[in-house]
Amino acid sequence: MAHAAAPAAVHGHSIKVYLIVWAWLFVLSTCSYLVDYFGLHGYLRWSLILLFMIVKAGLIVAIFMHMAWERLALIYAILVPPVAVLVFVGIMIFESNYTLFTRMQFFGLGS
Amino acid sequence: MTDPASTMNSPAVTTLGEPVARPQGLRSLAADWSSDQRAFKDVSWGKVMMWIFLLSDTFIFSCFLLSYMTVRMSTTEPWPNPSEVFALEIGGKPIPLILIAIMTFILISSSGTMAMAVNFGYRRDRAKTALLMLATAAFGASFVGMQAFEWTKLITEGVRPWGNPWGAYQFGSSFFMITGFHGTHVTIGVIFLLIMARKVWRGDFDTERRGFFTSRKGNYEIVEITGLYWHFVDLVWVFIFAFFYLW
Repeated sequence: MAHAAAPAAVHGHSIKVYLIVWAWLFVLSTCSYLVDYFGLHGYLRWSLILLFMIVKAGLIVAIFMHMAWERLALIYAILVPPVAVLVFVGIMIFESNYTLFTRMQFFGLGS
Repeated sequence: MTDPASTMNSPAVTTLGEPVARPQGLRSLAADWSSDQRAFKDVSWGKVMMWIFLLSDTFIFSCFLLSYMTVRMSTTEPWPNPSEVFALEIGGKPIPLILIAIMTFILISSSGTMAMAVNFGYRRDRAKTALLMLATAAFGASFVGMQAFEWTKLITEGVRPWGNPWGAYQFGSSFFMITGFHGTHVTIGVIFLLIMARKVWRGDFDTERRGFFTSRKGNYEIVEITGLYWHFVDLVWVFIFAFFYLW
């Protein structure tokens, strides 16, 4: 982290890095659109969607929002709490599977 | 005379000459957390507060996307295919998701112009900063316009929060809730950008003019703070695009 201690360097860095990130975001968005255009299905579709999504989000947060040049205290304070959302996702997957099961079992829908 | 270094390290003295005792118990919690300490070095309070606001907004959008996931996973009706629902007829042939793709590119472009505005702001280039912020606002406004078009199209096709012609009724409620909340954020961002672009253009941060609301002097860091909000709006769209439109 050569940049970490030099905020002046952050604010002075060239426009070029933004243009490169911008181009990459265009390429990645095109890729995720093509996933739908070519009608990919199943795990290949989902993993590609997630991959492009995570890389795009990472580029926006790290470069456009300057997170890569902030101190660790701020990075952890902002990026660690959203991990709790993943736990919530896990809980709700259990919950919705159970709801679906009860609907099929007791209302005879979808069968 | 006592050694200055030891004076600095000893507790502050009252006029009675007795050291101030630190509060105990629950009171100590409030006292310590509100004492004059800074957790975030080298970063202004304005930027930290924007980050913390964005963190709270992250949870709001997470809850929307989670409730969407839950209703989609638990419904016994088939989920309408977004690829077909959001297709547009161009040249007599339906192109899947094309409007959404264009909206994505517009929002990414607005993020690019915003990032450059922040950079020119720190170089105190007043004109370029203001113009790039205006370009960002224009991209944002066109995004909201396309969203209004999309809503109109879906509403005329019979999509309602309580039903739609193609399948699971929860599709409509999730769609209006998530995209509506995101569109509101974009709209607020456009207003925010226009106000700040005007301040930059007028040279408020060069002449240290005081703000109309806070009576404080601003500086070019507000461009970066505005930018944080704007990039966040783009960031949320990345997730909505992946989970709602592509999944």
